[in-house]
Amino acid sequence: MSFNATRPTLLAAPGVAWLVAFMVAPCLLVLSYAFFERGVWGGVEYTFTLENFARVADPLYAKIFLNSARIALTASVLAILIAYPAAYAISRAPRMTQPVLLFFAVLPFWSNYLIRTYAWIVLLNREGLVNNLLRKLGYTGEPLSMLYTEGAVITGLVYNYLPFVILAIYSVLSRLNPELMEASRDLGAGPVRTFLRVTLPLTLPGVAAGGVFVFVLSIGNFVTPALLGGGRFQMVGNLVYDQFLTANDWPFGAALGAALIATMIVLLLVQARATAHASGERAGEARE
Amino acid sequence: MTEPTSPAPILRIEGVAKTFGPVTAVDGVSLDIRENEFFALLGPSGCGKTTLLRMLAGFESPSAGRILLDGNDISPLPPEKRPLNLMFQSYALFPHMTVRQNLSYGLEMERLAKAEIIRRVDETMAMTDLTPFAGRKPDQLSGGQKQRVALARALVKRPKVLLLDEPLGALDKKLREKMQLELKRMQHEAGITFVIVTHDQEEALVMADRMAILRDGRLLQVGAPEEIYERPADRFVANFIGVMNFVEGKVGADGIFEAEGLRLALVDAKPGPATLAVRPENVAVGPPGERLAGTVADIAYHGLDRVLHVQTAAAGTPLQVRVPAGTATWRIGDALSLKIDPAKCRVFSGDTP
Repeated sequence: MSFNATRPTLLAAPGVAWLVAFMVAPCLLVLSYAFFERGVWGGVEYTFTLENFARVADPLYAKIFLNSARIALTASVLAILIAYPAAYAISRAPRMTQPVLLFFAVLPFWSNYLIRTYAWIVLLNREGLVNNLLRKLGYTGEPLSMLYTEGAVITGLVYNYLPFVILAIYSVLSRLNPELMEASRDLGAGPVRTFLRVTLPLTLPGVAAGGVFVFVLSIGNFVTPALLGGGRFQMVGNLVYDQFLTANDWPFGAALGAALIATMIVLLLVQARATAHASGERAGEARE
Repeated sequence: MTEPTSPAPILRIEGVAKTFGPVTAVDGVSLDIRENEFFALLGPSGCGKTTLLRMLAGFESPSAGRILLDGNDISPLPPEKRPLNLMFQSYALFPHMTVRQNLSYGLEMERLAKAEIIRRVDETMAMTDLTPFAGRKPDQLSGGQKQRVALARALVKRPKVLLLDEPLGALDKKLREKMQLELKRMQHEAGITFVIVTHDQEEALVMADRMAILRDGRLLQVGAPEEIYERPADRFVANFIGVMNFVEGKVGADGIFEAEGLRLALVDAKPGPATLAVRPENVAVGPPGERLAGTVADIAYHGLDRVLHVQTAAAGTPLQVRVPAGTATWRIGDALSLKIDPAKCRVFSGDTP
């Protein structure tokens, strides 16, 4: 009895220890800086203050926060809109070819994040592949400046996180009993109403998981905005990066980080609730 | 029994075939299903009965042939445009909707007035004893309750024909027997034509007004249960429906069936190799020396009667003989003789199938 009770704890111990030592502890340490004053030459002056949090709410920074949230939200929505039809098509493919299609959907993910992002610079710059192609097709106007725009940042974010969203939505779609859609058709609903009233509501947990994933990773991302936004479109991630490495204002960087983490936790909790709700329904079926 | 000519067929299946690549699932089936009848499509798994049902519902399109509903060809119509409803084997209840919402769904698709939807859903829930469960989600229901919701969801649409795919397959034996009669009652009350797919011959015999036996995509026989039980069209049907004894032998020019230790005068039997088929209840038992000699190999007690398994020289496997439980008690090893009623036999020409 006690053996059975302790075994799960023992099995989880290495993982928990790793997370505490290398994730939780450093995070808490850095976050604690948020409550202290900035050192004159960088570092931290250990005098308690809430000044840093007040600065986060300053309109200048709040605007960057909101801007980041807007970009992350746009990326999430676009990723869902692209991923859903793809996931749907894969889930409808013959059973044997589904793993192959998934493999290709996830394939870009196995290359380096930086290389994938640099590839977009090659594609989007004024002398890049897209502009060359347009010129070959007879476009004579000014080359389009696509790089270093908000659009480029969003494109990069969507591209990088798309495989996750496809997987998240596919996993829910593939578990859906196809007879539910047939039942809807049989009861008089056409394909569109069947999708809106049966398929979509039942796959929302996957959509939510994919969307929150893209949002959380996008809002804190600093590589893509730095490379594709050219530093002109500052997002919270860049701001935190700057505070630690350029401005040497660790406490303020820590306060910004804390605000970011709080946002993410709230979103993840919302999503976990949605998933628990849906899986509770499935567990109910299994109870039979 | 002559086919009653009265009600016109509500559903006419005309030379319908379905192939999936090299596989022929349904092979030129023609059938008439009459208004208000309880019709069973019966056959072993893989016989094409479910494919045929899915073609009626509109989920598969026939490779050949036509499906006529009230004389109109419905084969080009998508499922949502057909006035037929299907009760799925998995029930396919919408897990995110309550019982009431599941039932209302099909009526909302018809764009009926709210009050009308509520009235019809209430009525159907009352008929299927679902009123207390109106607010529950499918995962809060038992198997039998889910089955009733699936039925009610199809019935509330008032289809011209209700299709049922193995509707009792997921229920345990006791509940299944209760639901067989329940389904018949509801069919009667609703006044709707039922077409049920099943692999359970007993279920088909109990419920159906008429039934069709399918094998390998082909239609073998159509008729009332008694007709099929008493006059099976071939050896397969004879074996599939109920219990049947087979004796291999040959019919002589004089019309007499002969097997080891057995001679039986039959009417209109073609000379040549033949298989005699006889039900256990059409064999009488007598003291040794009278007719076909045998020894009791096994006895099975069934309450009302006993089934003797009698080893004879005429057949490899013991013949089953049904005797009333109260009559003379036989023991394993006893010698006896069997008397087969020639009027209640079937003879199938040709060698073993």
